[in-house]
Amino acid sequence: MKKLINAIDGVEEQMILGLVKSAPKKLRKLECGNVVVRAEKKSGKVALVSGGGSGHEPAHGGFVGKGMLDCAVAGAVFTSPTPDKIFEGIKAVATDAGVLCIVKNYTGDVLNFEMAIDMAGDEDIKVDHVVVNDDVAVKDSLYTTGRRGVAGTVLVHKIAGAKAESGATLEEVKAVAEKVIANVRTMGMAISPCTVPAAGKPGFELAEDEMEIGIGIHGEPGTHREKISSADEIAKTLLDKILADIDYKGREVVVMVNGMGATPLMELCIINNFVQDYLAAAGVKVYDTMVGNYMTSIEMAGFSLTLLRLDDELKELYDAPADTPALKR
Amino acid sequence: MDTKQLLAIIAAIVKRIEAEKDFLTQLDNEIGDGDHGINLARGFKSVEEKLPALADKDIGAILKGVGTQLVSTVGGASGPLYGTAFMKAGNVCKGKTALTAEEFVAAFEAAINGVKMRGKAVEGEKTMLDALCPAYAALKSGVDGGKTLADSLADAVKAAASGVEFTKTIIATKGRAAYLGERSLGHQDPGATSSLFMLQAAQEILREV
Repeated sequence: MKKLINAIDGVEEQMILGLVKSAPKKLRKLECGNVVVRAEKKSGKVALVSGGGSGHEPAHGGFVGKGMLDCAVAGAVFTSPTPDKIFEGIKAVATDAGVLCIVKNYTGDVLNFEMAIDMAGDEDIKVDHVVVNDDVAVKDSLYTTGRRGVAGTVLVHKIAGAKAESGATLEEVKAVAEKVIANVRTMGMAISPCTVPAAGKPGFELAEDEMEIGIGIHGEPGTHREKISSADEIAKTLLDKILADIDYKGREVVVMVNGMGATPLMELCIINNFVQDYLAAAGVKVYDTMVGNYMTSIEMAGFSLTLLRLDDELKELYDAPADTPALKR
Repeated sequence: MDTKQLLAIIAAIVKRIEAEKDFLTQLDNEIGDGDHGINLARGFKSVEEKLPALADKDIGAILKGVGTQLVSTVGGASGPLYGTAFMKAGNVCKGKTALTAEEFVAAFEAAINGVKMRGKAVEGEKTMLDALCPAYAALKSGVDGGKTLADSLADAVKAAASGVEFTKTIIATKGRAAYLGERSLGHQDPGATSSLFMLQAAQEILREV
């Protein structure tokens, strides 16, 4: 394992401290653990809390700030934060307007957030949550864990964050978060694995000419493995799966071309070049495009594509101001 | 089982999980995200540090203390699940300094029900329940049939081991391995495996008595 770290034990805390030190006027770390909050607590609005394992930077700490999250709780690398830390985060930002937790659909995240929400409810904090499940690679079924929450989560942060900033009620903020979740779809792939520092070796192996299609954001295996093909062909595979899932024809969309951590912007732009032409040919109107690293998997090489179907309300909230380390508008 | 034996069981579990850390992580690499052993070892190490403070408490308080510690240190899905199991078992042993075989069975039942409730899972979904449920059935039938706790627990360990083998033959529908669908076939479930290791550690302590 070759990494720019000091010791395995300090990885998460030093990462969070470094993030906060990059924006000391805007962010603060709670003493109790790896919990990032806005430097100045905002009152009179619904507070948004998210979080998950570390290793997805800039998610989620990078999205704390005006117009997006109030708090992000970071667990160990690829491991959900624990209920006591999430509870501390909720308590630190809770207002009379209430708290909305934005949770990615992974068993660990859901269980730990549910326990924290129970704890907050016991202390009469008004708290609710939504679960993001945008990954079309995974079959949705009543009998399984369901689809994973991946890069589309960032758009939930953005749009629900703007709604909360407007002074909307907890019910209204939750409703708009659910609307984003209903309209956002993502699919990803990888050409090389990532190594969890504590594990010391890659979570999976891919031959020089192989790729994993439908991969999750923890390097967990996807739907299948095949010989690597061209950037355009791979992007088409992912897009076809997304476009087949909900009807985008004639609709305006936000496109996110998300790098998994070790993918050069050059390659993301090559992919975007195809994506824009392909969507235009498919009759999908691109309202705006985000190209960059938003939801990563440490140093995995690969990318995901996300499409969010817009209406007037989502468009307006998407365009609303945001000032966070990783997303400004 | 008295408090002294319980503390010895917990110390044995700590040791066993640490020893199997890499193996559990390897199993999780195959069908999950490769951190099961790492997370459990971190949690049980912190349990070990907390044990001296629990030493003079009753069984209920010890179990609850272990559960709270696991919930706040393990993370992932296994933290809330094992944490809930220990806390729920602790709830039915409040104030007790020794458990009869029947009370041990009742505590085990409370633990399993806690896992089912928190994980919204049942037996047959390729989770820790596939080791714990058959173990519980064997334990209960042993105790109900008049066997000693140690002998019944030995039956439970055998049943849990068969349960772990069984997880190789089924498709995961809960937990992270569920994303793999049929590709989860042939692999044994890491959670069921860690449950088996904990039961084995408990059985080895009670056998020595």
